[in-house]
Amino acid sequence: MTAEIIVVTSGKGGVGKTTTSASLATGLAMEGKKVVVIDFDVGLRNLDLIMGCERRVVYDFVNVVQGEASLKQALIKDKRHENLYVLAASQTRDKEALTQEGVERIINELGEEGFDYIICDSPAGIEKGAHLAMYFADHAVVVVNPEVSSVRDSDRIIGLLSSKTRRAEHGKETITLYLLLTRYNPARVEAGEMLSVKDVEEILGMSVIGVIPESQNVLAASNSGVPVILDTASCAGKAYHDAVARILGEDRPLRFLDTPKKSLLQRMFGG
Amino acid sequence: MGILDFLKNKPKPSASIAKERLRIIVAQERSTRGGPDYLPMMRNELLEVIKKYICVDIEDININVEHTSGHEVLELSVALPESKTTPTTAI
Repeated sequence: MTAEIIVVTSGKGGVGKTTTSASLATGLAMEGKKVVVIDFDVGLRNLDLIMGCERRVVYDFVNVVQGEASLKQALIKDKRHENLYVLAASQTRDKEALTQEGVERIINELGEEGFDYIICDSPAGIEKGAHLAMYFADHAVVVVNPEVSSVRDSDRIIGLLSSKTRRAEHGKETITLYLLLTRYNPARVEAGEMLSVKDVEEILGMSVIGVIPESQNVLAASNSGVPVILDTASCAGKAYHDAVARILGEDRPLRFLDTPKKSLLQRMFGG
Repeated sequence: MGILDFLKNKPKPSASIAKERLRIIVAQERSTRGGPDYLPMMRNELLEVIKKYICVDIEDININVEHTSGHEVLELSVALPESKTTPTTAI
């Protein structure tokens, strides 16, 4: 049995890859899928913090690649969902510790373990770690902010995804691309200060799978080590739920694209 | 938008400037993607040669490789300056 491999990537750093990986993995697990989320950012481990399992990391991804630990020893079971696992990145090794053969072996082993989804949280940039995170992917979630450098970098990443992956090299059906727009601020879009969903879609020539509004709840969630998708009262959490449903094939309209209603006073004085 | 916004002298919305700049740079980068590695360097060398005669900026030079049935066409376009003012460009 083979697992579906999804890479979460962006090119630019700080756009919300790890936040997205954590919420996507949790969302798929909530739908009953058996999911593992792997941190490919060797040297700068962070997914464990966002998932809230940082004190339970004993062995990491590099230990397994190098044969120093078994997959079972390194997989950290999520406290909230029993069908969700985390594979942390190494803090001490450098990027060279990962090899293509090693990654392939682990991905195959995870498939044999009956995982439905393998989420690969890519490091920023287009170096080795990012290349390995995307190489075996069947699907890619490209995280983009409505901001010039992020949009440009994501176009570059989209180019790499369609040429530098196993699917592209073996002439197989191309990787499915999902564009996820994060940190969206409808008020600033309305004021003409921020690129709109339509602008980003036009520039990149593809439509979005979801739009995550800029939200204070994202920071609150990372502060407490709970993926924001579990904050079901927040717009960001709801928007991640929608995105997961769309990835699973459900048709849902986009939400949270309009400015929240303001009071008369706020409107008069542009507050 | 409130009353105070009308009192401010508003320049062109920055989002539309961003969109225009991205549209151009993304199109340019896509056209050279997958193309030969020597294109950017050749572009710079051509700029040096052209600058001996005309005052142009690197932004005014466009190089494209077009794939048409069976053969490739290297297209070079140089936007010439409008008036003969003194050169202002520098690298």
